Amino acid sequence: MSLTQDDVKKIAHLARLSLSDEDIPDYEKELSNILGLVEQMNAVDTSDVTPMAHPLDMAQRLREDVVTEENHRDEYQAIAPSVENGLYLVPQVIE
Amino acid sequence: MHNKTLSELSAALKAGEFSSTELTQRYLSRIAEFDSQINAYITVSEKQALAAARAADVQIAAGTAGPLTGIPLAQKDIFCTQGVKTSCGSKMLDNFISPYNATVIEHFNQAGSVMLGKTNMDEFAMGSSNETSFYGAVKNPWNTDKVPGGSSGGSAAAVAARLAPASTGTDTGGSIRQPASLCGITGLKPTYGRVSRYGMIAFASSLDQAGPMTRTAEDAALMLNCMAGFDQRDSTSVEREVPDYTANLSDSLEGLTIGLPKEYFGEGLDASVGKAVEDAIAEYKKLGATVKEISLPNTHLAVPTYYVVAPAECSSNLSRFDGVRFGYRCDDPVDLEDLYKRSRGEGFGSEVKRRIMIGAYALSAGYYDAYYIKAQQMRQLISDDFKRAFEEVDVIMGPTAPETAFGIGDKSDDPITMYLSDIYTIAANLAGLPGMSVPAGFVNDMPVGLQIIGNYFDEARLLNVAHRYQQVTDWHQRAPAQFK
Repeated sequence: MSLTQDDVKKIAHLARLSLSDEDIPDYEKELSNILGLVEQMNAVDTSDVTPMAHPLDMAQRLREDVVTEENHRDEYQAIAPSVENGLYLVPQVIE
Repeated sequence: MHNKTLSELSAALKAGEFSSTELTQRYLSRIAEFDSQINAYITVSEKQALAAARAADVQIAAGTAGPLTGIPLAQKDIFCTQGVKTSCGSKMLDNFISPYNATVIEHFNQAGSVMLGKTNMDEFAMGSSNETSFYGAVKNPWNTDKVPGGSSGGSAAAVAARLAPASTGTDTGGSIRQPASLCGITGLKPTYGRVSRYGMIAFASSLDQAGPMTRTAEDAALMLNCMAGFDQRDSTSVEREVPDYTANLSDSLEGLTIGLPKEYFGEGLDASVGKAVEDAIAEYKKLGATVKEISLPNTHLAVPTYYVVAPAECSSNLSRFDGVRFGYRCDDPVDLEDLYKRSRGEGFGSEVKRRIMIGAYALSAGYYDAYYIKAQQMRQLISDDFKRAFEEVDVIMGPTAPETAFGIGDKSDDPITMYLSDIYTIAANLAGLPGMSVPAGFVNDMPVGLQIIGNYFDEARLLNVAHRYQQVTDWHQRAPAQFK
């Protein structure tokens, strides 16, 4: 699979990554090469194979529905880029 | 003092030959003297280390010390450490002081060990050479023009250069075993689920596993005793008793069956490395083991499969780095989307961006079945190959890496060539199996590693197999001349 520069821009948008225009040709080439490597998988017929999502065959553990964590908001917000009155600040979203 | 193993240091501390404070000071002064040559540490936590050493000395005097009490250790900078910078090798977390400890760190704290500092690594553990670190490349102590391997390259180099008696690493596709091999130390990736992932910054959650990086198998057993165990806070942690990994180290290897996958000795393997591995296997025959050729027919598809599974999981895991709650935020964002995009675009390096984009693409509408489902099916086939093999053999052996350490800059411009450095290690992660790398010789003065892969939860046997080899060889005792 060979990607175009527009594909790279679209993927970067999906992943919320800003890329500089001058870097796009390199990403176009490198991502296409990686997809070429990945497509070696197509040499094997896997139509009857059950996809393996996880290395261990285990059931999801459940626990009692009780409070186990203490409130650490102040510690967590102490390292945030911008907070006010216990809230995380971002640029205005709604006019 | 700095050439002793963990068990020797532990005995010396208890016998009062020196204190933990003296030992810690020795390592801190070695780091100050030598680390500028190899760049193994991102952060040296001198103040905390000396405080922990003083506390350990009190415990030792009181006779309540355990095997790791007062032992200085280096921690990979992927483990969250309360009050100490946890960067994961990234500009994104250059300002991140973790508000909590990873479970692995908690275990070492409870054991009374001393954290010397946080070791350098490929950014977010994505790399095989340590060149993707925001803090610069780590250099191989055996030849500082060469890479130490990655992603746990700082941890491997620190142990090889005697800047820590042991360290921790994490292994998603070979990140403990490959740098252990390239730096001439012992590294163990446990079975998936054996060691808690809580507080270990996630790269690919179905593959990541933490383990010890040490000089000897015996030291790895001591470290794993402390690291392993069930953790309620990790949803994939396995509820299973932790054996004493030191108990069976000296068991006889009489009757052990070693499988040699023919795919691990073919094209792509450096002939001199292959010869060193064959010599190691000849030693095992002398120890009473028998050897059987096996086949893992999908070996060549492990790297392609991994480069769907790991990027897919990484694109999801790394979505949390958005410039809002912690980590890097770009200057003067014009709106929320600009905040996300520029914080991530400026905070991540190019290898991390490549993998996030591959993952986002493989998971996007219209491509999900062709890439992600296909890779999960391949993962099943690769796992089945091992299941069949372990019906016939007790352990699998081969090279850890196809060649010895390569030059800094040699592969950094070509991602695909770099990815193939992990050709022999990746399959064990896809299957979730434990694997080790053990020093097994030198080619042109650079270390070679023997890889030993075991069945699920068979770490005790791997350590036994490695220990018996280390009793009859001295490769693991060699030290790079300039760091002796």
